This record gives sequence, structure tokens and C-alpha cells, in this order.
Amino acid sequence: MIIETLIKIAIVIGGLMTAAAYFVLLERRMAAWVQDRVGPNRVGAPLSQLNKGWKDLRLFGLGQPAADGVKFILKEEYTPAHVDKRLFVLAPISILVAALATFAVIPFGSVLPAGLFWDEPIEMVVHPGAGVGMLVVFALSSIAVYGVILGGWASNNKYSFLGTLRSSAQLIAYELPLGLGILGVILATGSLDLNEIIAEQAKSGWWFAFTQPLGFFVFFVAAFAEAARLPFDLPECEQELIGGYHTEYSGIKLLLFLVAEFLHMIAASFLIVMLFFGGWHFWFITGHDSNPGWIQAILRVAVLMTKIFLVILFFMLVRWSWPRFRFDQLMALAWKVMLPLGLINFVAVAVIEQVKVAVIDPVKAISGSSPGMELICAIAAWVVCIVAWVVISIAGPLVADNRPRLDMDAFDVDPQLEEAR
Amino acid sequence: MKADDPDIKWVEEPKLGWSGKMYAPMFVQGLTTTFKHLKRSLQGQAVTVSYPEQEPNIENPLIYRGVHRLNKDSQGRVKCVACFLCATACPAHCIDIIGIESPWEDREKYPESFTIDELRCIYCGMCEEACPVDAIELTSLYNLTGRSREEMIFDKEKLLSVYDATKDNEPMRSPGLGGTV
Repeated sequence: MIIETLIKIAIVIGGLMTAAAYFVLLERRMAAWVQDRVGPNRVGAPLSQLNKGWKDLRLFGLGQPAADGVKFILKEEYTPAHVDKRLFVLAPISILVAALATFAVIPFGSVLPAGLFWDEPIEMVVHPGAGVGMLVVFALSSIAVYGVILGGWASNNKYSFLGTLRSSAQLIAYELPLGLGILGVILATGSLDLNEIIAEQAKSGWWFAFTQPLGFFVFFVAAFAEAARLPFDLPECEQELIGGYHTEYSGIKLLLFLVAEFLHMIAASFLIVMLFFGGWHFWFITGHDSNPGWIQAILRVAVLMTKIFLVILFFMLVRWSWPRFRFDQLMALAWKVMLPLGLINFVAVAVIEQVKVAVIDPVKAISGSSPGMELICAIAAWVVCIVAWVVISIAGPLVADNRPRLDMDAFDVDPQLEEAR
Repeated sequence: MKADDPDIKWVEEPKLGWSGKMYAPMFVQGLTTTFKHLKRSLQGQAVTVSYPEQEPNIENPLIYRGVHRLNKDSQGRVKCVACFLCATACPAHCIDIIGIESPWEDREKYPESFTIDELRCIYCGMCEEACPVDAIELTSLYNLTGRSREEMIFDKEKLLSVYDATKDNEPMRSPGLGGTV
């Protein structure tokens, strides 16, 4: 049992670290392609170092992550004199630990059937049967804010601190829509366990992205904001804050921050796929048994990884598609758009679920309702989504009046100016 | 300056349209642009090139501003008349000319020595514009390298040899001044 868990931890951490390294390369190549460049394609196997006659292999730049890692480790790790040393060291560690710990309850596949060296089926999650899986994910992802706050505070630098302030406000604001987005899923499945949420979607064949579109949009946007990816990367925004909270960091500590950021993105992709895109489920090829055969078990892992890869690709494309929000727009989006939309979704899902139970036979509802009923419910959810979207856009809470108040003197607006005069 | 200063002209911000308020159409627009560029790059039409293996494509070498050359006239003599206009026009002061009396009938002076410090030069092309006889021109040679600072100070012979190397690909301009284009 212990050995099994240790092996799972090794697989998860090893896989995540490798994935993060290669996603950095992928992101750089994607950035290059979107900007009409070629991108890093040279670092491969330096065979000419071994033998003068051999030619270097380029391998499409696949050696780049290793080169980057060596560079980060060998670089001078400079600690400025004006920082709070203990917190300065603690910040990157805490953010990475929290980001990694999240994956303890996130499944990376379905179930491996018994055989080979084990007698019982193995659940492909580090801690199987965590009934409060979603809560653990939420609690740990909230700790990430502390890493950012500690880093910015300990750096004792204006840019870092601005990044920190933005980050704390942003992450707290977007945790609400994130929770509201999940609430609908939890209402529909009645469980916080990610495995059960996936199983529910696999059983009905209706992914929650189809039956709860509004919840999906709210969660998707909030997940982008929680991962601090563009267009929500206000904590770092290179152009304004020269890196934000990790301005003062270098070497391996910076690496920890960057890896943690990528882990947040990967975790967000996992959650998006599992909550709204059916996890390992795909129609006709994966089945929905709780005891799959070997072929199905492997297919499920492949389907899950493909979905996550596609979501991460989308994360990377988005980065080059839309400009960053201004801070007041960011807050308006969270409080005036996402929060109401999340509440509407919550109410809509509650009503639809109740109708399902009330209209049709309660026994039938539990064992899976008819396809026609599911279709009607999905259409109702989409109608609610579109109506809510149109209403919000007519109200236009994101529209800000940026014109100066010509009727007021500058001294009337800010009494501190008067004191200065 | 106060906000109600009469010299300030306030421009009314354009009103956000329906698609801007809906956000979704703009969202699709952004993604479309991204995909357009992505497709272009994946088809091998990236703007940048893998330099040492692949030479950049200089579309019109006649207007490229690379290494200088000193043009020769039809008799193989240096065209320069040592008028110092290029050295005067040069913002980087990288041109150094010693002019002496010309042995030829058609001009009064010619350069005994003509040196350009290629490291000081900012490749602005003002010498080329200033020259009344089209003697100094910038070529499309861009990959200029050397092992020492001294090596990068080009004298008359070297500048004339640049002409010999590039005259076929980049003919002289201004036919009225003996050019071939």
C-alpha cells in the first residue's frame, strides 16, 4: 500500500515536472509561431562534443528544457541585501509545495485492473477515495496566494509589492466565481469526489460543459484568472511590473516560481477537463464501467491526457489573442459579471435538477433519466446562458467612464493635494 | 496645466459597440488572428530565418544599407573627387579623407587616402546621399566581421575591392553620373 502510493507520487511528480519543462518549450514555440517566428529549435543532442566527426542532432529543440534547467541551476542566485531573507526563501518553496500537493487528489486516469503484481484494481490517483477532493484542491490552491504575497512582501520592492497587491485582490475576487462554477456540478452529481464527478458524466454521456454552459464559462474564465494566465496576468505583467512579485528572484528560486505557475495552469486544465469535459470519458471508446479492462484503462488515460493537452494549447493560444485587462475591468468582470452569472447558473441548475426529479419518476431519475429529458434540460440551460449573457452585455458593467471631471478642480477630487499646497 | 485649460482638446472616446459589449465576437476575432498567424508559420512562412544555414532574403539590394564601397568609373579610376561632402554629412564622423591634386584632366582633386571606420559607422546612408558624383554607395553586404578594431577600418583599396565584388549584383545608380541602372 505504501509502495503503491510512493510509486504513484513518483509518477505524478516526475510526470508533472517533465510536463512543465516541455510545456515551457511548447509555449515558446507556440509564441514564436503566432508571432511569425521560428522559435527555439537548435538545442538537441550535442554529438559533436563527443566526437569531432559527428554532427549535432537538433531534434526540433527538444533539448531546450534541459538546457534551461541547467542554466537556472548554475546561474548566480542573487539575494538582494534589502529583502527579508527567511520569507524570501520560504515564498517559492510554499508556492511550489502547494501547487504539487494539489495533485494528490486529482486523478490522472481511471482504474488499472487487477493483474501483474497486484490483486486489487488500482485507482489512478495518489490518494484514492478522498470524498472531499474538490475542497482539498480549493484549500491548497488558495495557499498559492500566500506564496505570491510572501514573495512580493519579502522582496521589499515597489514593483513586486504592486504585483502582490494585484495578485491578492485578483485571486480572492476570482475564487468566488470559481466556487460558483463548481457548485452547479456538485449539485448535479451530489459528490465532491473528482472520480465520482467523472463517473457521473461517463454514465450519462452528457458532459457538464453541455448541460451547464453558464457554469462552464464562469469556471473557465475564473480558472484562467486563478492560474494568472493572460489576459489575467496582472500579478506579473512583464510590460508594466517587470515580472511583478518575482522581480527580485533569480536562479533556482525563480525556477520554482515559474514551475509553480505552470503547475497551476496544468491543475486548472485538469479541473476544467474533469468537471466539464468528462475527464477520461469519450463516447463509444472508453465505456463507463467502474472496472474497465486493460485496453479501456489505457484508452481512458490517453483520452484524459489528450483533452488536457488541448486545453493547455488553448491556454497558450489565448495568451497571444487578447490584451490584458485593466485592473478596474478585472475587478468589474469578477464582481459585476462573473458573480451574477455564477449565481444565475446555480439557480438554473438547482431548478433543472429539481424538475428532473419531480417531473419524471424519482427512481428513474437516480438510475439515469431518459435521453429526451436530458436534451430538454440541456437546451433549457443553453437558453438561460444566452439570455443571461445578453442581459449582462446590455447592462455593460465593464464600460467605464474614463473622461476627466471637467466640472471639478483637481483639488476637490483629492483633498491631500490641498494639504500639499 | 489644468483640466479645463482652453488649449486642451478633449476627444470623445468611441462608444463601445454591441459586439464589444458582448465580448464574444471580439473574442472570436482575436482567436482568428492568432490562428491566421499560426497557420502561416506552420506552413514555413515565418518572417525570421535560421541564419547561418539560411541567408536572409534582401528584397532590393539597391536600397539596402550595408558595407560601403567606392565606385570606379569606366577607366577603372576611383570616382571620388575628394570634395569632403560625405565626411561633412557623416553624423558619426567615421569618414577620413586626405585629398590631393588630381593627376587627371577631368577633376581637380582625388583622394590619396579614403578610410571608413566600419565600427563607428551607423549605416544611415547620408554619405551616399551627399555624394555629388555617386562615388560612395552602400551595398547589401550585411555580415561584416573582423578579428580586431584595426581590421574594421576600411581603406581605399578595400573599399574599391568591395566595388569589384558587388558591381555585378548591384550596379551603380544614376545613369547621368556613369551609373548603369
